[in-house]
Amino acid sequence: MTNDKAAPASGSMMVVGGGIAGLTTALEAAEVGYEVLLVEKNPYLGGRVAQLNQYFPKLCPPTCGLEINFRRIKDNPRIKVLTLAEVEAVSGGPGNYTATVKILPRYVNENCTCCGDCAKVCETEVSDTYNLGMCRTKGAYLPFDMAFPARYVISPQIIGTDDAEKVKTACKYDAVDVDMQPKTVDFSVGAIVWATGWEPYDAHRIDNLGFGQYDNIITNMMLERQAAKNGPTQGQIVRPSDKKAPESVAFVQCAGSRDENHLPYCSYICCMASLKHATYIRAQYPDTKVYIFYIDIRSPGDRYEKFYNTIKQDPGVILIKGKVAEVSEDPATRNITVVAENAVTGEKIHQTVDMVVLATGMQPTAAGAKPPADLAMNDDGFFINDYAKGGMFAAGCANKPADVISSNQNATGIALKAIQTLVKR
Amino acid sequence: MSKKYGVYICEGCGIGEALDVKALCGIPEEEGVPVKTHPFLCGKDGIGLIQKDIAAGTNSLVIAACSRRVNSDIFRFDGCIVDRVNLREGVAWSHPRSEFPPLTEEQKADEDYFDRVQMMAEDYIRMGMIRVEKVNLPEPYKLETFSRNILVLGGGIAGMSAAVDAAKAGYAVTIVEKSDSLGGFAAGVRKQIPVSAPYDALISPIVADKIREVQSFSSITVKTGTVVARIAGQPGDFTVTFKKPGEKIPFDVPFPLPPEMKVDENGKELDVEKQAELYKTYNEGRNDILTLDPDGEKFGAVILAAGWRPDDLKEGDYAHLGFGTLPDVITNHQFEEIAKSGKITRPSDGKPAKSVVFVQSPGKDQSDSDFPYAGSVTSMVALKQAKYVREDYEEDGKAYIFYQHMRTPGFSELFYKGLQQDPGIFMTKGAVMEVSKSGDAMMVEAENTLLGEKLKVKADLVVLAAGMVPATKDDPVINLAYRQGPGFRDIGLFNGYVDSNFICFPYETQRTGIYAAGAIRRSMTMEECIEDAAGAALKAIQCLESVNRGVAVHPRSGDMTFPDFFFQRCTQCKRCTEECPFGALDDDEKGTPKPNPTRCRRCGTCMGACPERIIGFADYNIDSIGSMVKSIKVPSTDDYTEPPLRILGLVCENDAYPALDMAGLNGLSYSADVRFIPIRCLGSMNVIWIKDALSQGMDGVFLLGCKHGDDYQCHFVKGSELASIRMKKIGEALASLALENERVAQFEVAIDEYDKLPKMINDFVESIEALGPNPFKGF
Repeated sequence: MTNDKAAPASGSMMVVGGGIAGLTTALEAAEVGYEVLLVEKNPYLGGRVAQLNQYFPKLCPPTCGLEINFRRIKDNPRIKVLTLAEVEAVSGGPGNYTATVKILPRYVNENCTCCGDCAKVCETEVSDTYNLGMCRTKGAYLPFDMAFPARYVISPQIIGTDDAEKVKTACKYDAVDVDMQPKTVDFSVGAIVWATGWEPYDAHRIDNLGFGQYDNIITNMMLERQAAKNGPTQGQIVRPSDKKAPESVAFVQCAGSRDENHLPYCSYICCMASLKHATYIRAQYPDTKVYIFYIDIRSPGDRYEKFYNTIKQDPGVILIKGKVAEVSEDPATRNITVVAENAVTGEKIHQTVDMVVLATGMQPTAAGAKPPADLAMNDDGFFINDYAKGGMFAAGCANKPADVISSNQNATGIALKAIQTLVKR
Repeated sequence: MSKKYGVYICEGCGIGEALDVKALCGIPEEEGVPVKTHPFLCGKDGIGLIQKDIAAGTNSLVIAACSRRVNSDIFRFDGCIVDRVNLREGVAWSHPRSEFPPLTEEQKADEDYFDRVQMMAEDYIRMGMIRVEKVNLPEPYKLETFSRNILVLGGGIAGMSAAVDAAKAGYAVTIVEKSDSLGGFAAGVRKQIPVSAPYDALISPIVADKIREVQSFSSITVKTGTVVARIAGQPGDFTVTFKKPGEKIPFDVPFPLPPEMKVDENGKELDVEKQAELYKTYNEGRNDILTLDPDGEKFGAVILAAGWRPDDLKEGDYAHLGFGTLPDVITNHQFEEIAKSGKITRPSDGKPAKSVVFVQSPGKDQSDSDFPYAGSVTSMVALKQAKYVREDYEEDGKAYIFYQHMRTPGFSELFYKGLQQDPGIFMTKGAVMEVSKSGDAMMVEAENTLLGEKLKVKADLVVLAAGMVPATKDDPVINLAYRQGPGFRDIGLFNGYVDSNFICFPYETQRTGIYAAGAIRRSMTMEECIEDAAGAALKAIQCLESVNRGVAVHPRSGDMTFPDFFFQRCTQCKRCTEECPFGALDDDEKGTPKPNPTRCRRCGTCMGACPERIIGFADYNIDSIGSMVKSIKVPSTDDYTEPPLRILGLVCENDAYPALDMAGLNGLSYSADVRFIPIRCLGSMNVIWIKDALSQGMDGVFLLGCKHGDDYQCHFVKGSELASIRMKKIGEALASLALENERVAQFEVAIDEYDKLPKMINDFVESIEALGPNPFKGF
């Protein structure tokens, strides 16, 4: 096609991480004309945003943009996508890297038509990681409705069991290959972009906030999954202990963020996320009261400020400046009482609610697992970009805490930084 | 291309079980078109079957299998026209036989029975067949002259960064700066906020280094004391006229007639000639947009980094803060100027200002908003400026920051935290109620502070955290010689910022080839501007390369088609020019449109708007869709005692169509009497298709598209909105056919609302049932 001939591809790049930042870097570079290898550890692309119900402040579904991005991938022969793949080693230097990529078996080959017969016969259920382990899914599963690639996955947990055989037999298209083995492949690329994203900060580590101890304390990402139609509660926001509609919900802002003992920085998104969550709850339960305990509301920029101002008008949303210091449960009702000091009046607030949501922040994925590459990192596990050296860069939340908009701005620019390395060669 | 057809029907994934495939084969067979079936068409063997035919000359394929959203790589055959007929998600999965039972043998024998699901599949095959007959393979649009040069408007930190980033990738860049030197506001700061660990001290300005870097590139041309008079043409081939600021020249961009000048005293729209005449007088001394400057410079893409101006706080009520009355109440920008020129002193008497109060939020205790256009930048600026006070008066300097919300997102929190250790910096939430003169100094009164209910602070200087007003708030800046006008459309939604409406796609603007960077799109710190500039540079480069390959940019990236006009039949109604969301069309004096294909995003809004139906794309046009509509069989009482309804659904392919697929995937079922046709955008919906459908006896038509309004989700900005306007006007046409308005409708559906679709569809079908069949049926 005419598309390809004129491409000034003087090299190729690898993008590690297929979340929104990685997708953006990969697509923006490929649409300039460069060859891109996109490496994703999950069996699907989309990363964190694929787990979101809506974006703030537009309250629009992330799948809308993902759909366009997936179509861009389908239409662009310059992008090669590897899922269930992780980078094991990187050698060489700018313009000339060798990346060793380990590809785990999906146990489903390209024959898969996504018909779903395998899931129907599979009896074993495994933890549903797409839903943060809040529910279980069949051992043969499609990660979620709009997953790309639209191909089933078989959990390693059922390999070697009777279920594996059942699943194999059920497939009319010979798509199940239980003998599939992990493989390791070397790729030569001129530049590498690490878009390894973030993890919700582990709320178990915040001792005073009772997560893991009391059922009715959940995290903001868990609420996001609850609110999603394809989530564990089919979109119903319920309190975990009795699956009842909560009549009151308290949000604890800066759960772990802006805290020397946990994450010293501000996680950027949690204020806006909680305001958005307030809209989910208020839309579903018009009589439910929402209390947001905050230090500062960080709604930077005109559009976010507008969103905040709209929510502030809602009499059912009560904003209290004060950091939550402790929580307790009434064993009889399973209700939670949060204790905070109103920073302005100095009065101690005891607010009893049906459910508490911890607005946990973002921790870079690399803080837990540093990639096998020569990358500078700050104390918190974010990569520091060295533009003078070039060759390897971090994009999106691997680089700093950010919302989707700024993450994509960053990821678009990083595509150019990677191209600059290729041009130099 | 001489077409050789082939129809391929897959029997896999439940299609074979749900449908009488043999009967389906009868449709192409009847037309003499070869048809093949396969139990697993997307498998190696199935693809082999197709490839064998392609080798033998087949080049126009109807693949009746799964949705085109899946297996797109497998069913991609370069050089062939391919239509994907969606029998799986669209028919078999969404119409399970448990709910739509097949005919019994007995019923089959009785001609008055029919199988709705089978009829649906048959129609879809017919629609696919006619489509491949009616469309052609696209050929890319190539510009006659093409420039790879990039123009950067604005020589501040964002503009310079964008220029350097583009130059490093091998592109020639020209920076245009209206003042006499590079640097912008970055050149006016004493110090900058730290951007790396340990975040404990301010850093020296980086602007000098950036200027040196710009100067080190021979591929970067700098024009200071220069502005853009006009940018004419289209991406890849812009002709730009420069001038000195304030100069009046014939190539200054003309402005469109304001709406009030387009009508007579009775509010009636003036005719084309009269408007053209008025336009000339209105723009006396300026050449029309279609007159190209022979001395203009050629550019391929533009980066708009014209930045901001400090808000002078002339608008808004800040009397309680003493602004405008007390000489020592100043803005943060004025404070920076003082700090840049030496130690911090009071404007009133030049005495050292050792006690400085920074006010972040002007709303007393009524509003916790910061000053307009603040973003989070003004919080950080206040922190930085508080530090200046401490630098200048280490012993006894005191800085007080009164804020409602301290906005230091991300790592800037670390800088804020560091400052909290400084014994001379006091920061508190608080509502500043009044600033008044008090002896030699001023008194600042605040309420509801963290330090007490009421607080009074004596101040030598009060600094108001004024925001950053984007240059586009005051002036179009880009001065496009476009018929729709010189500036960006609809930026009122973003308070004058040239921001994208799309969260996923932050560089989208309504003007192809022009990408905003820096504080013109949002209040940003220098660090953020530098980052943003790299992204804008990438988009500019990407646009150039796409134009050079003859393909569209986002969101239809890679699309090789472009709108083709049959001008002989144009009636100069100007609707295409006016409705194009991207201003791709200019019209001449008579109103004949002049297309600018590289401005076009291929949404087809012009095609939908055209009453003469003279606009189309190689693979998507009035005839291709119209013929699909006409190929739908509309049973009447001649066929059956109780014929089924036939309803047309025109569906946005970006969101609504995937949602329909998801409904199918989840086994949600809906009426089998509806026929869906995906269209590029609801904006491309031409009402003739609706008329075609109704005049051939179809009982109703509905559109499925995305949400419009301020938070629109349309990837082409206005599609669903324009469609809804056209739908409102369709009443007359229906009246002329003696049909009820209720037979046409438009529904909004987001991509994730697939669960709502069955009800939406079935309710419409029921409402049509209630109206009764279209009286034209059978004629």
